[in-house]
Amino acid sequence: MKKLLQIKDLHAVLTEDGTEILKGVNLEIDVNELHAIMGPNGSGKSTLANVIMGNPKYKVTKGDILFEGESIIDLPTNERAMKGIFMTFQHPFEIDGIKFSSFLITAFRKLHGDDESFSQLNSILKERVQNLAVSEDFLDRFLNVGFSGGEKKKAEILQAYFLKPKLLILDEIDSGLDVDALRIVANQIKEIRKRGTSVLIITHYKRILDYLDVDKVHIYVDGKIVKSGDIGLANEVEEKGYAIVKR
Amino acid sequence: MNSIEFNEEKFNYVADVEIEYKALPGLTKEIIEEISEVKNEPKWMRELRIKSLKIFQTWHDPRFGVDISEVDLNKIIPYIKPKAKKTTTWEEVPDEIKNAFDRLGIPEAERKYFAGVGAQFDSEIVYQNIKNELQKLGIIFLDMESAVKEYPDLVKEYFMKLVPPHDHKFAALHGAIWSGGTFLYVPKGVKVPLPLQAYFLMSNPGMSQLEHTIIVADEGSEVTFIEGCSAPRYNVINLHTGMVEIYVKKDAKVKYMTIQNWSKNTYNLNTKRSIVEENGVMSWVSGSLGSMKTMLYPMTILKGKGAKTESLGITYAGPGQHMDTGSKVVHLAPYTSSTIDARSISAGGGWAFYRGLLRIGNEAKKSKSHVQCSALMLDNNSKSDTVPIIEVHNSDSDIGHEARIGRIKDEQIFYLMSRGLSEVEAKSLIVKGFIEPIVKSLPFEYAVELNRLIEMEIESSIG
Repeated sequence: MKKLLQIKDLHAVLTEDGTEILKGVNLEIDVNELHAIMGPNGSGKSTLANVIMGNPKYKVTKGDILFEGESIIDLPTNERAMKGIFMTFQHPFEIDGIKFSSFLITAFRKLHGDDESFSQLNSILKERVQNLAVSEDFLDRFLNVGFSGGEKKKAEILQAYFLKPKLLILDEIDSGLDVDALRIVANQIKEIRKRGTSVLIITHYKRILDYLDVDKVHIYVDGKIVKSGDIGLANEVEEKGYAIVKR
Repeated sequence: MNSIEFNEEKFNYVADVEIEYKALPGLTKEIIEEISEVKNEPKWMRELRIKSLKIFQTWHDPRFGVDISEVDLNKIIPYIKPKAKKTTTWEEVPDEIKNAFDRLGIPEAERKYFAGVGAQFDSEIVYQNIKNELQKLGIIFLDMESAVKEYPDLVKEYFMKLVPPHDHKFAALHGAIWSGGTFLYVPKGVKVPLPLQAYFLMSNPGMSQLEHTIIVADEGSEVTFIEGCSAPRYNVINLHTGMVEIYVKKDAKVKYMTIQNWSKNTYNLNTKRSIVEENGVMSWVSGSLGSMKTMLYPMTILKGKGAKTESLGITYAGPGQHMDTGSKVVHLAPYTSSTIDARSISAGGGWAFYRGLLRIGNEAKKSKSHVQCSALMLDNNSKSDTVPIIEVHNSDSDIGHEARIGRIKDEQIFYLMSRGLSEVEAKSLIVKGFIEPIVKSLPFEYAVELNRLIEMEIESSIG
């Protein structure tokens, strides 16, 4: 059976000036697995997420990314989304004049067709938003405009739930969240996991992993994965720092 | 909603219509006298034309705005009369012309949304009708030629009084060869329940269309007027130099909406002006999408105490387009107020230029004005400029001004594409959000139409 995601010896550079950021990443994620990538600041973890999603800021120079057995490195970002890959952004963009709910419904229909009526989708959204501890007008506000840091992350996780991806990449979803918000976001991830969605979670800290069932932990330093293991590895990092993989 | 299905093909439709009379290209006294003769005009109008021609010959080109050096007025055909009688029923309009308007959904829209419609084909109005019950209220809604003959005194009182021939070169040109357009008079206290519409079609290559529109809203009356325009695309230059004069009397309210979608071979050098008396309200809504080059600055003169105006504008400059647009407001009386919200989008190398003027006169104490102009560029080779001139001649007025210029960032597009939207859809969505505050003030069917037109433009700018 084909793996959901296979990353083979992936090298990527900054399109602008050719600086190499990914230096030979290998990673396999199966259906219904949760993997965590941990690493110090500036190691290029977020770049990996962006390259999987196809951010034109980066160029793949070597290696391949297979999704359900097919190479996706030549596909534009929206076609990767259509295949079922979704990434939450560290810094989601604000789009003035576009209501959050109508944006979500537009995106849903792009990804899943328009069998479900506007009011069906709307009522799903209304129900989901109950779990997020946000103001009542959350869905009626313009996309990310004036959202607090926490609200932006909640908005991202709501999108992730609603748009039903097969692979969810969480790029530092936990940074800047207080304990309550962290718990809310973690609960949403758990619910998404119940559908069998695979998750790749990129983080500095172990604390979000404590809420989740982690299948694998990868330590990522200077452009590649240097060590993989189970949750025990995350505990080790928490205790001793990233020095455990550096000599 | 079929009436507002839009696609390129529909606008590009070339109607094969018989011509009854076509003037020779160029501008001479003889040609102008002949046009006046064909129109069977009264003497005062013929004299106005000749006088305008003389003024035209003394005027230099505008020293700002778009480059018009390629417009050779000696090659432009000033007047084309289609072989069609003016009529008040679509059945009597020749099939080919009716077809062209059918494709634009005009007759259907008339039934659904409008109190009356005027339809101009090339230089002449071919159809003009208003619902019976409105006519009974004393509303005059006529093509300008008929109005000149049937209501000479009324027309004479207003015709080119707000924009006289010596105002600028193209005002003089307009005075010399104007043709078609609408005369609308709304009597005291009459509130027209549905909008009236005028639609202008240019079908012949190398022609000019210079329709003249006058709206007189008498005391306490209310009316909304919508104009739309389009033309199939040719390789030679077409010229549109229309003129709109609006007289808003005491306590009256006029809303004038335009969706300009001329083909990309058209020079659109248009003049629109209104004068507002005590407590009157003038609102302009302008969507400038088409044409190769446009110069248009709808102007409001707030003459009476407490008069108000609002001007909302959306300008789209795509590949090869230079759009020089803006609003002018002159406050002449106390307690007058104005709001200007102008938004431009440039894409695919297009150039959007906002040129605005706000003048608060010495007498206009306790006046208020808020001017906002925003520009959005969709890529790195598109241009945007903003020149908002504000002159305040008293120290007792409240003025606000904001200008914002932005460019869509690749990262924004990436964000939206990661949600399944294509590049065009992502850009369209950002543009839709950018113009939302203006679009939401439009009637629903126009909002839909405008969004679709803009999406089409973005698609052709990127593809």
